[in-house]
Amino acid sequence: MIDFVVHDEGDSVGVVVVEGVKAGEEITGWVMDQNVDIKFKAASNIPIGHKLAIKPMQQGDTVIKYGTDIGKVVSDIGVGEHAHVHNIKTKRW
Amino acid sequence: MSQDLSTATFSGYRRENGRVGVRNHVIILPVDDLSNAACEAVANNIPDAMAIPHPYGRLQFGEDLELHFRTLIGTGANPNVAAVVVIGIENGWTQKIVDGIAATGKPVTGFGIEQHGDHETIMEASKVAKEYVQWASELTREAAPLSELWVSTKCGESDTTSGCGSNPTVGNAFDKLYPHGATLLFGETSEITGGEHLVAERCRNDEVRERFMFMFNRYQDLIERFKTSDLSDSQPTKGNIEGGLTTIEEKALGNIQKIGKECLVDGVLDKAEAPTGPGLWFMDSSSAAAEMVTLSAAAGYVVHFFPTGQGNIIGNPILPVIKICANPRTVRTMGEHVDVDVSGLLRREMSPSDAGDKLLESMFSTANGRLTSAEALGHREFVLTRLYESA
Repeated sequence: MIDFVVHDEGDSVGVVVVEGVKAGEEITGWVMDQNVDIKFKAASNIPIGHKLAIKPMQQGDTVIKYGTDIGKVVSDIGVGEHAHVHNIKTKRW
Repeated sequence: MSQDLSTATFSGYRRENGRVGVRNHVIILPVDDLSNAACEAVANNIPDAMAIPHPYGRLQFGEDLELHFRTLIGTGANPNVAAVVVIGIENGWTQKIVDGIAATGKPVTGFGIEQHGDHETIMEASKVAKEYVQWASELTREAAPLSELWVSTKCGESDTTSGCGSNPTVGNAFDKLYPHGATLLFGETSEITGGEHLVAERCRNDEVRERFMFMFNRYQDLIERFKTSDLSDSQPTKGNIEGGLTTIEEKALGNIQKIGKECLVDGVLDKAEAPTGPGLWFMDSSSAAAEMVTLSAAAGYVVHFFPTGQGNIIGNPILPVIKICANPRTVRTMGEHVDVDVSGLLRREMSPSDAGDKLLESMFSTANGRLTSAEALGHREFVLTRLYESA
């Protein structure tokens, strides 16, 4: 059972692909490019399609997904926490 | 893949100019907003003809007017269209569109409303539409190779599942179609932002790369000129953010999964411009679904791949739109809009190649005549791109 997917092992976030992930649950992720499984404890309730941090990130850090820069951290994010517009912003526009 | 693509054929309508279409529409095309009522009345009289109303065509000028003509002429010229009745308020611009469509050799007749009024115009246009519908009903399909199939793509209401599911499915299908000489298209200029370096790397040569970067930078300049604080809630959209996409960079990196891993970008087109050969083309275009799909149809594409995450419901009057979705919640709650369910990808029940094959199966059945969900549901969004205010 896959609860979240990660594009590349260098990524700092994964994507929840099941409904109803709750804080405190042990969840299993699939790192697609390397085809390995990883386990984390969810630290927030995370809706399907939303991201969780799989590495700790501090304000000013660059967020990596697809092995590429997707924006900057504007508020520290702990491992397993919900990562979205409240703590990540674009570097463009 | 159950089918060997090197010998695979689809069954389509060969038009007078040699292009092959997969639909056989007779359309009633207004030149301008004023002529919508007459076009709809003709389609009401002749139910097998289809009116394509739109809100523009008056006092446009310059490049914006050229784009208007190119889009309407391209729509009529598309090989999914058998014959066209054009109706405008006056004869001049009507004739210009008729002449553009007539260059394909297909039947087309224009009517100007001035000095006739709606009643006489509707009566005369209905007589022609009736003849066209009966003539088109006798046309038959013939086998054509993949090298004669033109396939466009654009995603919409994307979420994070688009980038890891439905968009790579299109990419896999494009990688499989490309070696067989298919003519492919992607676009969405603003939605490349954050991944433009990756598209530039895929361009066939420096000339194509420079043209791509010119189009990309032209759109960035437009955004810089008109944005307020940022593009909050527009790029990414409210729906994208609800679906978990956070930044334009993340959305763009998911978006460009649609061009696969192997095919090269062979050329760059302006809006509604037709490609001049096989390969993968980039079209400078809005990322708004109906605008981009309308431009794809006007450029001559006959089948469209539309991956979605949160559930975009778009269709087009003449271009069959195949929806691909990997989000299990969307498949469950909006299943009637989904043609190709690839949610198994995210459960590891399906490989990217399996998903690409499933899409290609849907492409062949659609090309051979099966209606897409959007067609069956009556989605006919026809949205013209405007560049600036009217005079």
